[in-house]
Amino acid sequence: MNPDEEFLISLLEGLRENEEPLMPMQASRAATGVFELDRDIICPCDYRDPDCEEYGYCYCGLYVRKDVAEKRLPIKPIPEWRPSEKLARAYSKEDVTVSEKPVEEIKTTLVSEEHLAEVLKMWYCRQCGYVCFREEPPYVCPICKAKREMFSRLTVKIIG
Amino acid sequence: MNVVKVDGKNSKHRVLLYALSTCGWCRKTKKFLTDNSVAHGYIDVDLCTDEEYEQICRDILERGGRIAFPTLIVDDSRLITGFNVDEIREALEIGNT
Repeated sequence: MNPDEEFLISLLEGLRENEEPLMPMQASRAATGVFELDRDIICPCDYRDPDCEEYGYCYCGLYVRKDVAEKRLPIKPIPEWRPSEKLARAYSKEDVTVSEKPVEEIKTTLVSEEHLAEVLKMWYCRQCGYVCFREEPPYVCPICKAKREMFSRLTVKIIG
Repeated sequence: MNVVKVDGKNSKHRVLLYALSTCGWCRKTKKFLTDNSVAHGYIDVDLCTDEEYEQICRDILERGGRIAFPTLIVDDSRLITGFNVDEIREALEIGNT
């Protein structure tokens, strides 16, 4: 997290304001309110880890790499590299047909001619990659606290 | 469109800021302008209607910018994306204090 207390509070306020009407949208990017269009910018966003690796902090400035935070290195604005087609879609959402399905299903098949012992329901968090086996996705990701909508189902055939 | 006017002693340039109400960098930009007593107007684009938002995006693109906030427009001609203090200082002729 950003060690600059004043800036951190300002960012967290921004996130909280966004969460109330919509979802925990990233505070520094404009959201459409359409989940699938905004998914990549919902905090913690898809761009966080690459940005933290390259610059030492994320686009909003909320997440800061440990060494940068400890040394109190300066945190400056970094360039936006969210793909421009996503930016474009974000301001012309009526052109986009959005799937109504809240949770997309991804089928993974482990190729084998052998018999299947078991078929399990497996869910993974599209935000942080956390995976769990259960009937329904968790309400909140226990790792990154993403909401249930962030989970996708994986159908995995376990070969016995 | 709701342009919030902020008075300031420094009115050498016409300054318009497109911002997001929730964004930390936008807040820093607003604070910077206010602290330096720059007369300016700002629009929180996330609080605009969809039509207004589209209009602002089009305006930014036509000026050769990227849709990112804060976007500062100085004298209706120069566009500065992001809270780039040095560039903002230079455009607004504000010295380092």
